[in-house]
Amino acid sequence: MSKKTLVEATINGETVEFLCEPRQSLLETLRDVLELTGSKEGCLTGDCGACTVLVDGRPVCSCLMLGVEAQGKNIVTVEGLAINGVLHVLQNKFLEHAALQCGICTPGFLISAKSLLDRNPKPTEHEVRYALAGNLCRCTGYDKIVKAVLDAAADIRSQGEGKAAAR
Amino acid sequence: MAESTTTRDFKVIGTRPIRPDGVDKVTGRAKFGADYAFPGMLHGKVLRSPHAHAIIKSIKIDKALKLPGVKAIVTSKDLPAAENKLEQSGEMTVNPMHLSMNILAHDKVLYDGHAIAAVAATSPHIAEEALRLIEVEYEVLPPVMTVDAATKPGAPILLKDLRNNEEGDKPTNVAQHYQFKRGDIAAGFKAADYVIEREFNTAMVHQGYIEPHNAVGIYNSDGQATIYCSTQGAFDVRSLSAQVLGMPVGKIKVVPAEIGGGFGGKTTIYLEPLSVLLSKKTGAPVKLVMSRSEVLRASGPTPGSKIKVKMGATKDGKLVAAEIWMAYQAGAFPGSPVAAGALCIIAPYTIENFLIDAYDVVVNRPKTAAYRAPGTTQAAFASETVIDELAEKCGIDPIDFRIKNGVKEGAPQVLGPPFKRIGFIQTCEAIKNSEHYKSKLTGKFRGRGVASGFWFNAGMQSSATVNIHTDGTASVVTGSPDIGGSRASMAMITAEVLGLPVTDVRPITADTDSIGHTDVTAGSRVTFATGMAVYEAAKDAERQLIERAAKVWEKKPDEVEFRGGMLHAKGNGVPPMSIKQLAPRFARTGGPITGRASVNARGVGPGFATTVVDVEVDPDTGKVQLLRCTVAQDAGKAIHPSYVEGQMQGGTAQGIGWALNEEYFYDDNGTLRNSGFLDYRIPTCLDLPMIETIIVEEANPGHPLGVRGVGEVSIVPPVAAVANAIYRAVGVRMTQTPMSPPKLLKAILKHRGATQHSAAAD
Ligand code: FES
Ligand code: FES
Repeated sequence: MSKKTLVEATINGETVEFLCEPRQSLLETLRDVLELTGSKEGCLTGDCGACTVLVDGRPVCSCLMLGVEAQGKNIVTVEGLAINGVLHVLQNKFLEHAALQCGICTPGFLISAKSLLDRNPKPTEHEVRYALAGNLCRCTGYDKIVKAVLDAAADIRSQGEGKAAAR
Repeated sequence: MAESTTTRDFKVIGTRPIRPDGVDKVTGRAKFGADYAFPGMLHGKVLRSPHAHAIIKSIKIDKALKLPGVKAIVTSKDLPAAENKLEQSGEMTVNPMHLSMNILAHDKVLYDGHAIAAVAATSPHIAEEALRLIEVEYEVLPPVMTVDAATKPGAPILLKDLRNNEEGDKPTNVAQHYQFKRGDIAAGFKAADYVIEREFNTAMVHQGYIEPHNAVGIYNSDGQATIYCSTQGAFDVRSLSAQVLGMPVGKIKVVPAEIGGGFGGKTTIYLEPLSVLLSKKTGAPVKLVMSRSEVLRASGPTPGSKIKVKMGATKDGKLVAAEIWMAYQAGAFPGSPVAAGALCIIAPYTIENFLIDAYDVVVNRPKTAAYRAPGTTQAAFASETVIDELAEKCGIDPIDFRIKNGVKEGAPQVLGPPFKRIGFIQTCEAIKNSEHYKSKLTGKFRGRGVASGFWFNAGMQSSATVNIHTDGTASVVTGSPDIGGSRASMAMITAEVLGLPVTDVRPITADTDSIGHTDVTAGSRVTFATGMAVYEAAKDAERQLIERAAKVWEKKPDEVEFRGGMLHAKGNGVPPMSIKQLAPRFARTGGPITGRASVNARGVGPGFATTVVDVEVDPDTGKVQLLRCTVAQDAGKAIHPSYVEGQMQGGTAQGIGWALNEEYFYDDNGTLRNSGFLDYRIPTCLDLPMIETIIVEEANPGHPLGVRGVGEVSIVPPVAAVANAIYRAVGVRMTQTPMSPPKLLKAILKHRGATQHSAAAD
């Protein structure tokens, strides 16, 4: 067995130090070392997106990255989406639109969708589908997921306009 | 049974509240099977056969056992002998010996991926290293991969004890022959003006749930075991594991975790008994999780099939005869859903003369399991394509053709007894009247196809408890794992009966010690049968509330009424009382209120769906793009319409994947060559359009709320609908799945050659 390495990273806004084996993926590290089991394993080959997390703002399949590579990085998982118990607009829209059935794919979709809306607050349906094509869902046929993301985008925009008007 | 109440005024049913388990699922808090961890827990891995068919000559585990961190290894020697007999378990028949042989191969491996041994170690990586140190000596046998290969004279025999109902004491790969018939098919075909006969072949496909199988087993020194796992049926895991392990059912508790999709594939056991065996050997909790490749190689896909359909119709479009031969790949052990397929293949239509022969055939592939309307999608691909062709020959619109021949209340089912109230024609009419069907489809290489489907739906046993809390809110406890949002429906039914806001009802899926026996979540039965138990349990609570209010008011129970969530004393001017007001008095009037019910649900209402799709075919590559899709389905009564739509959309998407991309691809050695999501390609959101839904509500007279199952039938029409649309787009009739680019392109080129050839000859 190889020696463990000490890694320091920012995870969901907190600086954390942890030990992990060089062969452990970031997904395994998050789930088994840090007990953040919100990120899911569907394939371990980068094909399903259930393990998606943000690394320095970019969506990454955490099964394809090593835990030791998290050194110095800023990582956001599904557990970091709600702030002080207040759900992110995407989380609310997923609930309102019934955009989940079993929910195993949901954490990955939320992260990929957040990354899209951070970059492009006004996506078309096609842009949403394109951005989410790396996330597999077998339950919903994607219909309600795409609608939830489009609705969340509209909501974020109108909030932004509301804020601008108040200023 | 109470009369159907679809037209009744509901307060909660039919609305779209936020699901009660939703927040846990969007925050990452929901605990799926693989999320469980216990102090001192070990990790298990399974050694699997690289051969499709081989005799195991020896297994040597000593080197592996010496690897530091390895705590135990089990092989089939650790399993007790199991009986070779057939037993009913939920909706399946189970042969305990075959089940045991599938959990760990006994003397033979029967498919690529067949489990041979399991290791427990201090980390999953060490367990995996240990697998490489286990030495297995095989005598490799020729693999038998298809129905044709398995049934030809002199074919290698998979199971030496297998006999069927016709061939006497002769070893065979044909496990069973079923036959269903009515009328006189020779006379039927004689009366036909048009007869179409075609052969269809469909590839084996997988349910493709995103969450791999998992189990954590804890065996205590007092002989009690607990299993945490993601399953569609905790009680089935308990009884099946008890059989394989030779343990009494009462010594095993199964705790159903959140489940990340099942679609029928999580109705049996794979890892569960291994986790208990390894825990027994090591004294520690042991967790096993399959990789995606293991899921594809060694869980239970749905059979590939070979189906021959011959059907005849008169000029004016009346179906008069059907002759059908169908054989399904059961996998390594008997038990494909071919009989279900045979009973569904022409179920939507009244045909006076038919003969259906159906064969269950073992092959060197994983033992198949249920997949959404098991056995029916393959069958409908064949029959609905031929029906489309007959409609065309008769010059009748395909929807009108279906309406003309479609079953209505009173029509005989394939087995004879008449249908009760059903909504097949209504689904056809809903599509006919839809904006989609009325819209014009223009453009080159574009086509529109329709198809319909039938599925029985299931009843079976369910239990429910409704507890009224001291503040007048309630919880509803059932034994049905929730795979599609059923907890929302259970809370809504309880809230409806008790006149509570749905947010005052907390629904729970309990473990096998905390609720009465409940059969597997399958057959679209949860909202129907468990919903029936919940309805009765809430009614039981209501009766008790009335008794208590009567006590408070010093009246007889029949002088008290429960209406709109309030208790009313008949007659005089006593002000009504809410459950909230009554709840603090439970203690003084006889203690807590718990409504209870257990049912073995009768009155199942079958499901029908009709689907229309528009496609565009790229004639140079054979790629099919879906442009538009609408599905109409009879729900009886939609409790939570969003989740009914979700079932319709999800089933349709799976059907489209089945039609266009998905297939098990084995090489000549019987090795699965696409055991990952990259090559076993399920639809992504770029492959699909929005899936429009029309919920038909033709109340099921057998349910107090009119409910029919909605979970399955939407998967049945899409394969045929896509094939029919492709025909209209490019003029080729596809008779195999998947209709993937290389296969479709080949068919297009052949067709082009043929038409050019005939044009040249003209
Ligand atoms: S688990 Fe990482 S992409 Fe599937
Ligand atoms: S909701 Fe089940 S996989 Fe997406």
